[in-house]
Amino acid sequence: MCLGIPGKIKKIYEINNIKMAKIDYSGVEVEVCLEATPEANVDEYVIVHAGFTISRLSEGEANETLDILREIDKINQQEHNQ
Amino acid sequence: MTINDKYRNRELVQRTIQEIKDTVTQKWYIMEICGGQTHAFMQYGLNDLLPEEIELIHGPGCPVCVTSLELLDKAIAIASHKDVIFTSYGDMLRVPGSEKDLFSVRASGGDVRVVYSPIEALKIARDNPEKQVVFFGIGFETTAPANATSVIKASEQGLDNYSMLVSHVLVPPAMHAILSSPMNKVQGFLAAGHVCAVMGYKEYEPISKKYEVPITVTGFEPLDLLLGILQTVRMLENGQFQVKNAYPRAVKYEGNIQAQAIISKAFSECDRQWRGIGMIPMSGWKLRSEFQAFDAEIRFNVDHIQTKESEICISGLVLQGQKKPFECPAFRTICTPQNPLGATMVSSEGACAAYYRYGKYLNG
Repeated sequence: MCLGIPGKIKKIYEINNIKMAKIDYSGVEVEVCLEATPEANVDEYVIVHAGFTISRLSEGEANETLDILREIDKINQQEHNQ
Repeated sequence: MTINDKYRNRELVQRTIQEIKDTVTQKWYIMEICGGQTHAFMQYGLNDLLPEEIELIHGPGCPVCVTSLELLDKAIAIASHKDVIFTSYGDMLRVPGSEKDLFSVRASGGDVRVVYSPIEALKIARDNPEKQVVFFGIGFETTAPANATSVIKASEQGLDNYSMLVSHVLVPPAMHAILSSPMNKVQGFLAAGHVCAVMGYKEYEPISKKYEVPITVTGFEPLDLLLGILQTVRMLENGQFQVKNAYPRAVKYEGNIQAQAIISKAFSECDRQWRGIGMIPMSGWKLRSEFQAFDAEIRFNVDHIQTKESEICISGLVLQGQKKPFECPAFRTICTPQNPLGATMVSSEGACAAYYRYGKYLNG
């Protein structure tokens, strides 16, 4: 249940006064509730739990963490070459 | 390629493991709180790649596993009412109650339905005004925004035939319980990334300080898990007791403020019984008094429940990180995913199910 799945927002709309969205999980479209991330936009990645978005994924932060890991990689390689 | 796919890069995984090996100098016990992370470690085989100095202790972060037997028996009693449509997340249906499980209620003619979200349960209530629709609101902080929203919307829309059996549990009080136990071995934690996505990680700072344990907010992809381990090991080796965030693409320090507002509108803190562990003070959420009309425990008279737990199953000790699944005499003999004695063998986040599924009984 904690294994949230990231998906991309394709469409935002309302049903019965509840903010909903169509999310694309690598080709599979699912309807989720957008009430906890109402500011999320189309084409943005969100994490979904129990049919409910709980977090917007930051692409900038994602790349920054990878850069830190690549930095470790570089240091390792330098040490290896020495 | 999604953002997360980049976190499965084989070369970076190998390099990060090497960095962990180069950093570690002694034995460390690290608990991954979330059962989803227990499964992810085994699914990717990462636990076999880590240096032997690092021992992962599997935490109680499996909501299906810790939902109390009393509440499960109440769910079974409510689901057996003939005018009730009982809705639940799928994993809960096979968890053994004192006498039977929710699947057997369905087999005997009860209307028990699996839903993906409580928003679906609301729709069922709207479509079936002559029935009482009950949703089994289990979960940690991650499912709380969804569960809370369903009650708030039911109240706003006058859906009087909807109610929730609430079994919400919270991570920080469980960490207090683990760390203050005389049996505790845990020296560092991987905090569950998605719980922190909702709640932030401010509330972990006093825990880290009080018990002198490093805590790293950690995601679910291979590189996320390894970065969580690396940051925790670095802090352990340096004697630092802080909270760090290894999952910043999804988690902010303050969490999701909107989600927290939804939660506190519907829920307030309460003592909660954890299956296999016992009562942990202020470790749960219950519906606020203004939403009591939607509380299934009040709507249905189910106070006379007598519970009976399996005498063999050691899932409580597994949930507290004190025993490994293969140390249970019932593991793989009389307890299997097809015929589970305890909830840890049922759930896709349970440690026993993970050991069974990924063959972790072969070499211990």
